[in-house]
Amino acid sequence: MADGSLSAPAPKLTPGFRASLPVLFLLVAGFLAPLVTVAAYAFATPKSFDVFRSFTLQNFAAIFDPQNTVWTSFAWALALAFCCVAILLIVCYPIAFGLNKVFGKWSGLVSVLFVFPLFVSENVRLYGWVLFFIKNGVLDGALKWFGFSGGPELLYTPGITLFGMVYVYLPFMLFPMTLGIAMIPRDLVDAARDLGAGRMMIWREVELPLAMPGILIGALLTFVLAAGAVAEAKILGGQSVITITQDIEVAFTYAQNWPLGSALALILVLIVSGLALAAMARLDLDKILGKR
Amino acid sequence: MSSVAASSLSDSSAAPKTPRPVLQLVDVRKVFDGFAAVDGISLDIEEGEFVTIVGPSGSGKTTLLRMLAGLESPSGGYITLRGELINDVPSNRRPTCLVFQSLALFPHMTVGDNIEFPLRVRKMAPEERRRRALELMAKVRLPEDYYAKNVMLCSGGEKQRVALARAFAYDPDVLFFDEPLSALDYKLKKLLEKELKDLHRESGKTFVYITHSLEEAMVMSDRIGVMRAGKVVQIGTPEQIYSTPADRFVAEFFGEVNVVPIRRTEGGWLRRDGKPVAVAPGLSIDGDEASVVIRPEYMRFVTEEAGADNTLSGTIFNEYSLGSRLQYQIRSRTGRTFLVEVPRAAAWKGDGEVTIGWDAANAIVVGG
Repeated sequence: MADGSLSAPAPKLTPGFRASLPVLFLLVAGFLAPLVTVAAYAFATPKSFDVFRSFTLQNFAAIFDPQNTVWTSFAWALALAFCCVAILLIVCYPIAFGLNKVFGKWSGLVSVLFVFPLFVSENVRLYGWVLFFIKNGVLDGALKWFGFSGGPELLYTPGITLFGMVYVYLPFMLFPMTLGIAMIPRDLVDAARDLGAGRMMIWREVELPLAMPGILIGALLTFVLAAGAVAEAKILGGQSVITITQDIEVAFTYAQNWPLGSALALILVLIVSGLALAAMARLDLDKILGKR
Repeated sequence: MSSVAASSLSDSSAAPKTPRPVLQLVDVRKVFDGFAAVDGISLDIEEGEFVTIVGPSGSGKTTLLRMLAGLESPSGGYITLRGELINDVPSNRRPTCLVFQSLALFPHMTVGDNIEFPLRVRKMAPEERRRRALELMAKVRLPEDYYAKNVMLCSGGEKQRVALARAFAYDPDVLFFDEPLSALDYKLKKLLEKELKDLHRESGKTFVYITHSLEEAMVMSDRIGVMRAGKVVQIGTPEQIYSTPADRFVAEFFGEVNVVPIRRTEGGWLRRDGKPVAVAPGLSIDGDEASVVIRPEYMRFVTEEAGADNTLSGTIFNEYSLGSRLQYQIRSRTGRTFLVEVPRAAAWKGDGEVTIGWDAANAIVVGG
């Protein structure tokens, strides 16, 4: 004992560390390694596979070249993602509020039911919408059958792309938001009313701030997903707008220019994570829940 | 219904200070899915009174309080505040304030913001609000530097004080308390009970407090109402409730008691073991079944020197120390357990076989 306390403690793997090894391995091999590879490719010679052997900024130079119009893809992706989140906030809040009113503590479980559509492949569901909106499709055909002049030309526009995104990502906003609203204790709302507050003041000063963790998590989740969306723009939007994910996909596939695709991906990661971190900084869970 | 409200309304404006109760309940009931949580309560609460409603959990006391605060609407009856019918007045329009059992402090606000909440509702100017909040904090003995403290970092007792200050900031006519002290440790509870009593006296406001704790009720209240199964069984001063309980339930609720069931016969009242029982003269009980209730401190050991009006024999099977007093558990021949409480100096010196007894003057006879 006395000897042991004199010498420096031998490096020892705690049981906790050893237990975490499988997960650490999975994270390193499954998440970190691909990211590192992509980051490395971004600095490789254009149109080559010289990863880890070459270092150049040519890919970034090409992207930031004023002649290059790839920035419009970034702009479209981010604009669509912003709009998607904004619409989802407005659409989901009343649903989440209603679920909590009607189902109480079971509302979280009920909101999971909204995830059921995810069991069907996203592409299949989007093609379903194509059939709905296409000329002589469900909407157009039905209207004609009833003697109207036919449905509006909705398909293959940025608007329908946004519609598809809102449709696909709704559960990802609804679930955390419902949980967030469920976190508001009944007593606090009662107390606020008892202290004289009206409906709007209760919402602004009590309900909204307390549901904020759930709302922000939902917004973050849907924003990240929407910024990387590609199927909606392709299938419903008919490539009327090109999002950045599609550019990245093209660079990796048809163009066989992995370094360029990696550089684009890296920039997207930086933009999205920058925005996400900025939002997270505002989300002080300790302050909201109290340090207990 | 409307005629009652209208007539009371018209004369409430005439006299500013009437002896009329501030809060009046007439046959108030609340039914949830066919179950009457509050089953016809009529009660007058006077201006500036401290009334405590006690009862076991499930007796409907919280439901009653929530109706008074406007968080539930009564299924029947009338609630009037200074003569005005308030049955359907929402809680944010009532000059009453409830201190919740959970305290319901806003966790995302500082102590100051919590206290200022009702003042913000009234759109009071920020400097004025701050001044008022600090004033109230001094009143409930919160240090001034707590103003900017996160309310969730306060201790249990401090949270109590914040909740109290916030309720006072609303400046209600009547304050309701839903067992706010139940989660605190004994010493702090005692301290806050006293402070609450002081606040009541200083503010002159009407307090309606509910608790399941007899002790809390005894210490603070001017009057105590005992609730059972949605009804008020008895209402009176702590002294009245303690010394003349209306029935066995009230007697048993208010501390440990010995109960001896008795039966009326032609020859007078008899115990289960067939012995006659001596009762105080002038006893009037409806029905043929009754119970004699004797508090442990009035039960004593019977010896040849010191007899008693009523005696029974049994065996001591437990002895507790209550500090300055000793309590004995005695099992009688009929298998009932009796409690005898004596000063330490009068500790029982003999063997386990004892005779205990009580005097008729110290016993209470209740129906049922």
